[in-house]
Amino acid sequence: MRHLSALLIGMVFGTGIAISGMANPAKVLNFFDIAGTFDPSLVIVMFSAMFTAMAGYRFALRRERPVLEASFSLPSTNLIDRPLVLGAATFGIGWGISGFCPGGAIPALGLGSVDPLIFVAAMSVGIVAARTWRRQGAKAAPATA
Amino acid sequence: MTEFTPLAAAFGGFLIGLSAVLLMLFHGRIAGMTGFVGAVLPPVASDWSWRAVFLAGAIAGPVVYSMATGNVIAIDEPVSKAMLVVGGLIVGVGVTFGGGCTSGHGVCGMARFSKRSFVATCVFMATTFATVFVIRHVFGA
Repeated sequence: MRHLSALLIGMVFGTGIAISGMANPAKVLNFFDIAGTFDPSLVIVMFSAMFTAMAGYRFALRRERPVLEASFSLPSTNLIDRPLVLGAATFGIGWGISGFCPGGAIPALGLGSVDPLIFVAAMSVGIVAARTWRRQGAKAAPATA
Repeated sequence: MTEFTPLAAAFGGFLIGLSAVLLMLFHGRIAGMTGFVGAVLPPVASDWSWRAVFLAGAIAGPVVYSMATGNVIAIDEPVSKAMLVVGGLIVGVGVTFGGGCTSGHGVCGMARFSKRSFVATCVFMATTFATVFVIRHVFGA
């Protein structure tokens, strides 16, 4: 049940990305090119998704627990720290170079272009490397963790 | 040039938001793609299997949609394969330390009024604008 639900919800997500045009790096990058070939679609996608989630979360979070799990697992930290800011800044640089973010690239994987495959492979190496790096940093300086 | 597509953007965005709501309602989780991809990479998370199925659905959805409707989903990558690799590596490092990306922070976190996600979203939008400006208008690529 859990897996079937995840499959269907994943399909809704991927289809939404595809219809919105956010699987297309050219379209994403043109949003950020205000001084050039500007295409405002991305901000419509983000606001539409955000307001839908905002409205739906109010309803979903009114329940005692999710339908298929014992409890909600929400991020609890509110800390604005260096890793958050530097990580987000770094992510933006990579997004600006490639036009792909994780949510845009995954639904693009099955559409016959080799580009999302290259991007996701490189991103996966980056994720594994960053985790290793973070673990070693945590070992070297346990007091700051 | 890409065409401004407000209706497709609004409807696609609605589906993205809907998937976030359904994931919260049924699984109690944030629909952050960084978390989903991270969970299936080594060392895998304890709950990796349903997350892998979600990712499979995210890949299958556009394929099914495209076959069912006959609509072609454009993927035009304006940068070279080498830059794609560089961009991918940087994104992987950034989302790991930043704890999320456009879906987790930009959509779900903002919808939960998370201060962390608000800061992260402002920061990554700003550096993406700056990066595209430098690449296209300073270096003229």
